[in-house]
Amino acid sequence: MSPIPNAETHVGSPRSRVDGRAKVTGAARYSGEFTAPDLAHGYVVNSTVAKGRITRLDTAAALAAPGVLEVFTHENRPRTAWFSYNYQDEVGPPGSPFRPLYDDKVVYSGQPIALVVAETFEAARGAASLVRVSYEAEAHETDLKNRMDEAYEPPKKRTGISPPPKPRGDARGAYADAPVKVSGDYWAAYEHHNPMEPHATTVVWEGGGKLLVHDKNQGVLNAQSYIASVFGLGKGDVRVVTPFVGGGFGSGLRPQYQLFLAVMAALELRRSVRVVLTRDQMFTHVYRPNTFQTVRLGANPDGALRSIQQHAIAGTSQFEDHQEVVVNWAGTLYHCDNVELTYKLAKLDTYTPGDMRAPGAPLGLFATESAMDELACATGVDPVEIRLRNYTEKDENENKNFTSKELRACYQVGAERFGWSKRNPEPRSMREGRELIGWGMASGAWEAQMMKTSARATLTADGKLEVACATADIGTGTYTILTQIGADAFGLRMEDVTTKLGDTTLPYSPVQGGSWTAASAGTAVQLACEAVREKLFKHARKASGSPLADVKLDAVSFADGRIEVTADPSRFVRIADAMRAGGVDRLEAEETAKPSMIDQLRYTGYTHSAIFVEVRVDEELGAVRVTRVVDAVAAGKILNPKTARSQVVGGIVWGIGMALEEETMPDHNLGRFMNHNYAEYHVPVNADVQGIEVVFVDEHDTKVSPIGVKGLGEIGIVGTAAAIANAIHHATGKRVRDMPITIDKVLG
Amino acid sequence: MPDHPTGSDTLPLSLTVNGEARQLRVAPWTTLLDLLREDLGLIGTKKGCDHGQCGSCTVLLDGKRANACLVLAVVKEGSNVTTIEGLAGPGGALHPMQAAFVEHDAFQCGYCTPGQICSAVALVEEGRARTPDEIREHMSGNICRCGAYPNIVAAIEQVLAENAR
Amino acid sequence: MNRFSYVRATDVAQAAREAGAPAAKIIAGGTNLVDLMKYDVERPGRLVDITRLPGLRAIEDAADGGLRIGALVTNTEVAYDRRVEARYPLLSSTILAGATPQLRNSATTGGNLLQRTRCYYFYDVGTPCNKREPGTGCPAIPGVNRIHAVLGASEHCIATHPSDMCVAMAALEAVVRVSGPGGERAIPFAEFHRLPGDAPERDTNLGRGEVVTAVELPARGFPAHYTYLKLRDRHSYAFALVSVAVGMEMDGGRIGEARFALGGVAHKPWRDPEAEAMLRGQAASRDLFERAAERTLRGAKGYGHNTFKIELARRAIVRALEQAAAGTPQSQVDKRIR
Repeated sequence: MSPIPNAETHVGSPRSRVDGRAKVTGAARYSGEFTAPDLAHGYVVNSTVAKGRITRLDTAAALAAPGVLEVFTHENRPRTAWFSYNYQDEVGPPGSPFRPLYDDKVVYSGQPIALVVAETFEAARGAASLVRVSYEAEAHETDLKNRMDEAYEPPKKRTGISPPPKPRGDARGAYADAPVKVSGDYWAAYEHHNPMEPHATTVVWEGGGKLLVHDKNQGVLNAQSYIASVFGLGKGDVRVVTPFVGGGFGSGLRPQYQLFLAVMAALELRRSVRVVLTRDQMFTHVYRPNTFQTVRLGANPDGALRSIQQHAIAGTSQFEDHQEVVVNWAGTLYHCDNVELTYKLAKLDTYTPGDMRAPGAPLGLFATESAMDELACATGVDPVEIRLRNYTEKDENENKNFTSKELRACYQVGAERFGWSKRNPEPRSMREGRELIGWGMASGAWEAQMMKTSARATLTADGKLEVACATADIGTGTYTILTQIGADAFGLRMEDVTTKLGDTTLPYSPVQGGSWTAASAGTAVQLACEAVREKLFKHARKASGSPLADVKLDAVSFADGRIEVTADPSRFVRIADAMRAGGVDRLEAEETAKPSMIDQLRYTGYTHSAIFVEVRVDEELGAVRVTRVVDAVAAGKILNPKTARSQVVGGIVWGIGMALEEETMPDHNLGRFMNHNYAEYHVPVNADVQGIEVVFVDEHDTKVSPIGVKGLGEIGIVGTAAAIANAIHHATGKRVRDMPITIDKVLG
Repeated sequence: MPDHPTGSDTLPLSLTVNGEARQLRVAPWTTLLDLLREDLGLIGTKKGCDHGQCGSCTVLLDGKRANACLVLAVVKEGSNVTTIEGLAGPGGALHPMQAAFVEHDAFQCGYCTPGQICSAVALVEEGRARTPDEIREHMSGNICRCGAYPNIVAAIEQVLAENAR
Repeated sequence: MNRFSYVRATDVAQAAREAGAPAAKIIAGGTNLVDLMKYDVERPGRLVDITRLPGLRAIEDAADGGLRIGALVTNTEVAYDRRVEARYPLLSSTILAGATPQLRNSATTGGNLLQRTRCYYFYDVGTPCNKREPGTGCPAIPGVNRIHAVLGASEHCIATHPSDMCVAMAALEAVVRVSGPGGERAIPFAEFHRLPGDAPERDTNLGRGEVVTAVELPARGFPAHYTYLKLRDRHSYAFALVSVAVGMEMDGGRIGEARFALGGVAHKPWRDPEAEAMLRGQAASRDLFERAAERTLRGAKGYGHNTFKIELARRAIVRALEQAAAGTPQSQVDKRIR
């Protein structure tokens, strides 16, 4: 083993992705790219009505087409679990999960109603167009506006999602009495996740009743349990292996229907089957719900909040109550004695919405932070200053202290880097040529979570380390940060460490989501490595004439393939010698990381940000450009500044999309999303994104997670849309409360 | 006209793929993208939308960037195709653009990456984009849902600067 | 995508003969046809590949000072052709405002003329559409119509023509050369595309078995005073909500010949001869341009989501005319709308 080039730790240093080579050479294999001898291909047929019954499903022409093996429908579906609870998964909301091909009922437009399986992809695709379907359609409702009167508080709460806190003080009375008031209604459009890799499952029929499943998901164990439960299989017979995920953003948290269909077909045909959804079919499952909000703020003339009222109504399906945290965020950002927050659902004839990058938070804070900006205008207090005046050092929803909160520093550092002090507060005061220039800002917050997660570390005598955990790397950099943690534990080079993820044979992990993976899997790897270090150290002390015989573990360092006395590196034992002394050639440990119950009872943990945005708006034509973004983020310890920055930049790009472009447009007459493709559902392209600066504010936090990490996957998007809306107001004087803020709304 | 043509499903096709001459047989409805991924096992070329709306399937077709998903393979008889698998040098040495993408963290999930890199290699060859704004415009045919755009631009700027030396 | 047979045509006559069969379709760049075939919107029984036809790949000077662009010349080749850049910069500008480098490398001049609408319903075989299946209805009228027509639509169809290139071709008064069973003929650009009327299934006046062989540009190319202003939902890789192509000749402060065409607002590139006539011989002024815009949009009708296009088009016309008169064309890279 060659010496480590310098003594700096990998953790905290910018490191290139360890899976970079695989990804830039095309070697990385995604779920729809595994193959098997005799692989059959499935192609899905979707419903064209939103609600009703299938009266006739004519598959004769499809079955007669060359290469077709079978057409699965509700009429010939193989037996699966009878009860809907068998279809439940780790993260699903209360309700009765959707069961593909279950019966003749259609519950949303785009529902899968048949799977054509053929020898080739083209044969399956061609035959799918020959399936003829008749429906008895029933009246449907997909328009949230028509169901708001029937909105209800979800009777059963979704696990892990905090409902709004109980009202504090008298928000309505305080609002009535407040000298300064702002109020507004806010809309957020439907959005679809649209990861670049479409959902795909390849089921390899291994014989003997065993399945090897490659499925696009954010948690292989969740997919495995689902399959086992639905098809009555033993977990030992189903192995799910997903080494690479081409983006998830929440769409892979719950099992999607292609997993069910591919496994069903493989079991029935007793051969390997692959089902890949088309881009259009990516609009036939999970999405971010259409959400309506009303916000009322009452304040003193100096901007001090006297009342906060925020009420949200979000759409959900007829069969499940999807819930997310939309309205609670003000309670963690601002001090206010009179607060009333409510969150209701309305049932629509759609598929169940689901978690999409920072579920709830960017919607809620779009409203809260737009209203705060409005309050700043109404009181003449600077937008940053008004947030500082209302700053809270306590989570007022839960009446707990924060594990840490460096949001104040975010405001200061962000404002400084952006040049906020040069801002003329007057709307329409800044222009260049025909463009109005606007500067806006907003706060962001996302819960810092840690979940029970296990990891294994295996050190071999040649000084190579393997760390393993069932979690996923959906582009977040998990492979890389776990490699860094492992390498530092033994003073190894990154190249000497192999990280294995995304395999149900590896130690337990929940789904990758909620920004909790770095803290959870990172801690688990750290603990497993520490356990191996202890074992190795014991062996090292036992070596004959060991120079470490009389030293303690905390007095040694691991570096250059050896264990050395920190104060006197000339006293050392090589890893290989320590193993020889112990009579082993490898040492292994599996450890489980759990959040501290005591700290959880006492504190709440959040990642925070302050985001500053410059927009340029063509005064006459309404075209908006985001020309500059500075995001100051306090997220505890930053494991890898390079991949961490990428996470935040990506979130900001999502925020630009949310604010200005992304909208799935439903035709309520047909109950169907119409712009179901990448040409008409606009996500940002390269030309939409200009200068983005990310600043990480120092934040030391030992309570949030043992390794001091808070998570970065969501925070980038959270305040971005509000900051853009505020910047557009500053540029134009126009307050748009309806996302996305397209050209027509700027003009209108 | 019936859905089924008379005669055999497949037609002969000669293509040069990553420098190797291939004699193939393809159905007329097989796209270049499906041919590469399914028949030739070159999975580096990605299917993101299959409709020319995302750029994940970008390859170099007779030296020019093209969306392989919208090309019927049979139409390209005699053509020369370079995919991501054909960019690295002997011994697996990364192409400068591949190395720059790794260095600048110009990707996250990696799914759009082969298309981005093929597109970026063509952009450099075309010689039309120089400034960051021009690079952004000329790379707008490649969607990156992870939002790695600023890093993609930085990687391309580095390669352009290296070439200018 | 359905199964079909394939033939590689070797000359124009053969291509026309093959293309004359009822279920046959011509394929060249494939960027729109293959797209539509995968959606089952197009289900040809036979594809006639014209990519090997001789004589359709050249850009040639014409005797009258114009330029003849072969049907198989790609969008990229046209946009960066030195003669086009120098003499018809409006055409370069419109082409580069559309699609992406990848698509422009494949898409051909002839194919671009025949590009079909982006109407959501036309593309979705799970919904009715009079253009796709005559007589089934137009759900866009009461439905989602953000990208639909405000001019020249009918009760049967409110689809728009999506091409950028064609907007310039309309302003340049190009001529489409076609070859078919009845021999060769020339179709003035204004007569090439149709309004939907009661036959929205027909996008163009091209006859069965007719093959587009070239587009001829007259000598007048407006190299000094032109602009293409395209407004869309993101800064690149998006179809126009509204676009305006302007070609103008200026004599001091006075306008000589003036043409402008709109994209994204109608079933064809939209020109209004009366509005253009108002400009000729007049001093360039904002007031004049506003009046011309008013005139152009006098019959405009919105359907809900797309009603904003009327005001947007009005403003875009004024801006585009101002830009052209001032000789400050819209840059396609720096999207600032000057």
